[in-house]
Amino acid sequence: MKALRKFLDKKKPLFQKGGKFAKLQSSFEAFETFLYVPNTTSHTGTHIKDAIDLKRTMSVVVLALIPALLFGIYNTGYQHFLSLGQSAEFMDICIYGLIKILPIIVVSYVVGLGIEFAFAQMRGHQVNEGFLVSGMLIPLIMPVGAPLWMVAVSTAFAVVIGKEVFGGTGMNIWNPALVARAFFFFAYPSKMSGDVVWIAEKADSFSGATPLAHAATLVDATGNTATSIYTDHLSNVWDMFVGLIPGSIGETSTIAILIGAVILIASGIGSWKIMASVFVGGYTMGAIFNLVGANAYMELIPAWQHLIMGGFAFGAVFMATDPVSAAQTARGKIIYGFLIGFLAVLIRVLNAGFPEAMMLAILLMNTFAPLIDHYVVQGNIKRRLKRVKVNA
Amino acid sequence: MSEVKKIKKGLDIKLIGKADKVLEKADRSETFAIKPTDFPGLTPKLKVKVDAEVKAGSALFFDKYRPEINFTSPVSGKVVAVNRGERRKILEVIIQADNELQYEEFKKANPADLSRDEVKEQLLKSGLWAFLRQRPYDVIANPADAPKAIHISAFDSAPLAADFDYLVEGEAEAFQMGLDALTKLTDGKVHLNINAQKTQSKVFTEAKNVVINKFAGVHPAGNVGVQIHKLDPINKGDVVWVIRPQEILFMGRLFQKGIYDVSRKIALTGSEVKKPSYYDTILGASVRNILKAQLKDDDKIRVISGNVLTGTQIPEDGFLGFYDSQITVIPEGDEYEFLGWALPGLKKFSMSKTFFSWLTPNKEYRLDANLHGEHRAFVMTGEYDKVLPMDVLPQQLIKSIMVEDIDQMEQLGIYEVAPEDLALCEFVCTSKINVQDIVRQGIDLMIKEMS
Repeated sequence: MKALRKFLDKKKPLFQKGGKFAKLQSSFEAFETFLYVPNTTSHTGTHIKDAIDLKRTMSVVVLALIPALLFGIYNTGYQHFLSLGQSAEFMDICIYGLIKILPIIVVSYVVGLGIEFAFAQMRGHQVNEGFLVSGMLIPLIMPVGAPLWMVAVSTAFAVVIGKEVFGGTGMNIWNPALVARAFFFFAYPSKMSGDVVWIAEKADSFSGATPLAHAATLVDATGNTATSIYTDHLSNVWDMFVGLIPGSIGETSTIAILIGAVILIASGIGSWKIMASVFVGGYTMGAIFNLVGANAYMELIPAWQHLIMGGFAFGAVFMATDPVSAAQTARGKIIYGFLIGFLAVLIRVLNAGFPEAMMLAILLMNTFAPLIDHYVVQGNIKRRLKRVKVNA
Repeated sequence: MSEVKKIKKGLDIKLIGKADKVLEKADRSETFAIKPTDFPGLTPKLKVKVDAEVKAGSALFFDKYRPEINFTSPVSGKVVAVNRGERRKILEVIIQADNELQYEEFKKANPADLSRDEVKEQLLKSGLWAFLRQRPYDVIANPADAPKAIHISAFDSAPLAADFDYLVEGEAEAFQMGLDALTKLTDGKVHLNINAQKTQSKVFTEAKNVVINKFAGVHPAGNVGVQIHKLDPINKGDVVWVIRPQEILFMGRLFQKGIYDVSRKIALTGSEVKKPSYYDTILGASVRNILKAQLKDDDKIRVISGNVLTGTQIPEDGFLGFYDSQITVIPEGDEYEFLGWALPGLKKFSMSKTFFSWLTPNKEYRLDANLHGEHRAFVMTGEYDKVLPMDVLPQQLIKSIMVEDIDQMEQLGIYEVAPEDLALCEFVCTSKINVQDIVRQGIDLMIKEMS
């Protein structure tokens, strides 16, 4: 490794001010710091620093996403062969899934990182690590049938409008990955909804509807129709929990997502407060609907089932917890999380046009997170002022 | 005695190189220095010129805006240099010490018999006033103020910190006399805050005329700012003074013996010291003689006057800081690390559990001064809250300082914090933000705006 270091040291002046490739300094630094943690030492303040940095943080999040990704690969193959009515070997299933999903991941990273590098270069600052996570999140919330060019356009939109216009990682107000999905959803609705896109190359005769789509049909169903929809399509909760259902690539398996949640919480990277309160919020709304029971959807879907359907768990664990776009105060996080869960189930059940409401609920609460924080901060200020009055 | 206040939020950083309670011998330093840079916000004005002869307790310089505050020589001898930095800012006033120290004479008296003004005058003239610091702002106390209370932390919870019990050993009388002088300075109480488990010395536990409060828990439990926050938080308009136990000894000695005797025990600590232990020395001494035989054979080291969180980097022949009773030597760590962010990291310390070192919670670490990353914008949230045991929102406060929003800073508690209280926030920061510098900038801005 010494040879590599020497090589870098030799080339470094070329990329610094006055060098031949000074314009590419950001890119050079990005690669250099990827290979080597820099030799900078602290000169003011604390002399020692926690070993953690943003690269470590982001790589832990990517690690936490791996179970969901692996399961997504398997499920893509599984759903494909299931729809064709064929039985296939485990390896064939995985290979099929890999062939379908790898290009989406590559497109997401290449487009996103390309834009990140270009912006860093233009502005003369460092390349931030934030996209390492966004680049993995975007494929996982896409339908497997998404055309690659649409993934590319959505990713570009997310990076430019969702992040760089605000000043880059740390400055954005919405979760960039969800901006990509929202753009996709509204720009190319035919490729992001309906029954066709969730299973790769499915047989025409096979219904590819997601459980949420089935659930949405419950709204207008009554009596026996409703019961049969439920028993035919929604009663197999074990499949939903394991994830053997059609849906976006990484969102289907609650188990895989929970493994990720454990990694995030145990390492201290993800906020357990947000995760827990999202689930509590979703359950609360579900329970309220159960009590109201105005239509078959409210009546037949138990509150807890909302938590394992669609993107709820994935959103709670990986999307709502994005520290930049979430509420920042401890109390704010609980309110923020609760409202996400609450709203997601609310929209799901009441608005058949948006069966997958998690995305919208999170984006909406991203927007209101600063407001929540504002009131928490005001609370702190009031406590301080009250102290003066008590003393006086 | 009151109940124990337990500090739960915080972090004990376990480092290699805690000082054994053994007093090692080293040749007395030949040169001493007083560094105006040890006093934030001070504009010094020199009273002596190079080559002037001084005694221990003779004024070297004073505060331009509060000329009654003197800064005096710790030893007798000759002023050999006044080192200046950019724009002729005074960095160090260096004194070559005599073999036999000569002392300026001050009045011997029992402070209990003196009036407040007499005590004040004695402290101002002798130069001991500079040890009294005030909150808010963490600057030298204003002699015109009458503080609400005086707080003394009788223990230091910082990494590798000196054991205060050991520092004051055998000087109960001087300590009590110093306390008596302090009680004269306030209409309120003098609070002596001890560690519920670790403080054993009778010098502290049997001190009279003070309120003894008990604290326990993790660092920053020993920070006086945190203790004040738990006991009687500072509101707008309040002034509280703080001082450290060793400095109370200096006061006691002044009234007892009538001389400016600032000899102090210090702890030599850190992973790059052969045998970490205590030394007898004098305020402002050059650390060269102490370090000479004690450094491990490695030229890439960093010598810090103070602890690793709040101390100042000094050269190997540099001088002990005014308020410091500890020298820490750690590796410099200015090396590249191949894929360092991806390795398991058994030797790396982190509050998060992202490195596998969390499997060995009691391990002592050899940490260096490497940043372990690059500066970034704020990304993570809630990290600071875990290590600041105050009802203050650290991240919001830091941001309000960054945008210089005076009202917001005031509302969010700038009066309650000193840079050292947020040192752990800086330590744990994923984005490597210079929290302490920012707090100091905020304080400077407040001082400017409020005066």
